[in-house]
Parts: sequence; C-alpha cells; structure tokens
Amino acid sequence: MEARKLLQVSAIENGTVIDHIPTEAVFSVIKFLGLDACNSPITFGTNLDSKKFGKKGIIKVSNRYFEDDEINKIALVAPSASLIEIKDFMVIAKKTVQIPDVIEGFVKCFNPKCITNHQKVPRKFYVTDKENLKLKCHYCEKFTKKENITIL
Amino acid sequence: MKKRSLVSITDFTKQEMLELLNLSEYFEHHPEPTLLQNKIVASLFFEPSTRTRLSFETAIQRLGGRIIGFTDASSSSVQKGESLRDTITNVSLYADLIVMRHPLDGSARFASEVSHVPIINAGDGANQHPTQCLLDLYSIRKTQGTLENLKIAFVGDLKYGRTVHSLVQAMAQFNTTYYLVSPMELKLPREVKQHIKDKNLEYFQCTGLEEVIPEADIIYMTRIQRERFADPLEYERVKNSYVLKNAMLNPAKNNLKVMHPLPRVNEIDEDVDTNTKAYYFQQALNGVYVREALLASILNLK
Repeated sequence: MEARKLLQVSAIENGTVIDHIPTEAVFSVIKFLGLDACNSPITFGTNLDSKKFGKKGIIKVSNRYFEDDEINKIALVAPSASLIEIKDFMVIAKKTVQIPDVIEGFVKCFNPKCITNHQKVPRKFYVTDKENLKLKCHYCEKFTKKENITIL
Repeated sequence: MKKRSLVSITDFTKQEMLELLNLSEYFEHHPEPTLLQNKIVASLFFEPSTRTRLSFETAIQRLGGRIIGFTDASSSSVQKGESLRDTITNVSLYADLIVMRHPLDGSARFASEVSHVPIINAGDGANQHPTQCLLDLYSIRKTQGTLENLKIAFVGDLKYGRTVHSLVQAMAQFNTTYYLVSPMELKLPREVKQHIKDKNLEYFQCTGLEEVIPEADIIYMTRIQRERFADPLEYERVKNSYVLKNAMLNPAKNNLKVMHPLPRVNEIDEDVDTNTKAYYFQQALNGVYVREALLASILNLK
C-alpha cells in the first residue's frame, strides 16, 4: 500500500506538501497561492483515493514555504487541507488551515451595489459563520454566502 | 482628538443613543442659533434626496453653521470621473464635518475611513440611514413617553425597507413586541428577524393590517413599490390591502401614533392626516432636532 501511494505523487526534498484538498478545489488552491506563476517544481494530483474523504487532491511545491496568511487564503475552498513542511526529505512542521476572522483583499462582495465593486476600495469581510462560511462585508454590511464566494 | 463618524446605527451604544435623544429634546426646546458659528458643514448629495437634505440643511442653519456642497452628482466633479476617495479627501480639508448621501452601499463607511473630519451618513444606497432611525426612535419616545415594552406594527414592504430594518434592530434593545405585516413576498428578511430572536422577543407575522390596529402603540407604515413584484398581477392584488384609512383607526388605542418615513404615495389615505393619531409630518420635523443634536455632539459642542 505504502509503495503504491508513493507512486501516485513523488516525494520532495525541500518544500511544502498540501494534502487533503477537496478534489474540486485543487485548481483554486493553485490559483490562490499563485502557484500558476511560480518557478519552483510543482506536482499535483486530483481524484486520488483517500480513506478520510473518498477522493482528495494533493499539491507538492518544492523550495517554497508559506506564511500563515497565505495558508488561510485557501481555507475558503479547502478548509480540510493540511500542510506539511519538508526539509531534506524530513517533515519539519505540520500545519492545518484556519478560517480567519477577517478576510482582506481577495474575495469579491456578492452585492453588485457595493462600493468595492465600483471603485478602488480595499475589500474586507468579517467571517460571521465559520462552519457555513458566511462573510459580512465591512463596507456594505451585506452577507456573501459560501456558494456565492468569488475569489479575485 | 479622534474624529467620530456616524455611518451605521450600530456605531452607537444604547446609552449613546439615549443621550443623543435627550440632546435632541434639548434642541427642540432650546434653539441655539450661534452654536455652529464659524463651522463649515459640507453637504454632499451624490444622489438627490429632498427631505433628508432639507432637514440637514435646516438643522445646520438653525445652529448658525455654514454650508458648502452639491445637491446631486451631476453638478460635481464626479461627473468628470473623480473617485469618491478624492472627493472626500479634498472636501474634508475644507469642512469641519461632512454630511453625505451616496447611491452605493458601503460608500459612507469608506468615506469615514479616508476623511480627515467626521462623516454623517445621510443614506448609503440600500444599506444604512442612521439619522432616519434616530428620528424614528425620538418620535416613538416622544409620543409614548418611553421606548420600553411597546407594541410596534411594521406594515408594507418589510423586505426592502431600509428604515424598517434599522428600526427593528434598534427597538430590539427595548423589549419590543413586533407585529410584522406584509405580503408574503415582502416579508422581513431572516437576518433582520434574527435580531428579534436573539433577544427572545415576542413577534407576530401576518398579512392583514386591520387585525393588528387594536393592539399597536405605533403603526409604522411603508410604501409598497410596484417594481418589487415580479408578477404585476400580484402587486395589483395586494396593494389595496395595505392602505390605511381613517375609519380603520376607530378600534385603535388612544396612545396609538401612525408613523411613516415619507414620501407617502397612497398607503396612508389623506383622510388620516387630520386624525390626532397621524404623526408622520411631526416625525419628519423631529428629524431636524435629532440632526442638530448629532451635529453638536459629533463636533463636541454639546
């Protein structure tokens, strides 16, 4: 079993493994973390077997470590994701994704009449419900629900 | 000194709200024609609003302040494509305080963050209109002698009515009993109703206006707009059931007052106007005292 797992996505010497990503969120995670414009070697897999989730995705990024606020960006699409930091093939840290209390910058307000959708105004939300992912816009005070979240 | 803006009614604590109502009462009985002497207030109306603008300008004039500004965006540099950030930054260098009405939701919060001087939100799109809420509270307290333990009927468009949302939320601090009277398609949104539920207050939802009249201390009427209905036939069906006529007020309690944020179209028949229970014009006048209090308090003059 162990050998087969290794074959699915190969190990890395240095960098970060992002595991337990919902299969449908893999490409969003790649986009949020800017991995589509990253020079390091990246391998990823989707629709991999997972005991916990049935299917999952995984991304391995060589020579990159992420800051907490970068990690929390992916909480919106992959709250179950876990990160493993690797140095010389050894695990040096494990991190889980935390949905932050405040989200700044990368989510579009669902309210078409919100000032942030018309003028150059920094976007900012308060997470009012972490379980169901409900965001309250700091400016227009309207809610953006999970199914309406658009990432910029 | 930290500038203090009023963007949303929730920017004020219950205590601050009550103090402001006391100050409003003071101004009702004590005109202070020189209080705002040497103060310049900018009145920036990016969309027209006659009643609110005139009320603010009356309040400023009664206190002896001077006004700069514009009454709609077409006569300002917005026309040339200037951003709200630039307009506010610039005007806040001229004026001691800015009163602002803007069509976009959240514009007032943003303005308060870029301005060097306090902002009073005179309505930001469909979001907040806190001075309306304050004048409603003032009117309720003035007519009933208290804000506590009252029975208030909200009638008409409870879904889109911004004034209703703010007032429902504000009154939840005073052990209010609510009667929510609306057509099915214009019911109070869940998020607003949550404020009632959070405080475990009693509320009744119904579609008929007449049944709540004998119960209420306040009837807060709102306009039902044709464009809110997807089906025009549905509008035709319900519109007449939310028209208040004088005869309908016969079973009402003596202390009942009928309020309306105005403008009214036909939801209150003109035959109600002469009834002593009609309070909507006095309510609008109360807005002047409340705005005087707000100007004085934000500028630290009272």
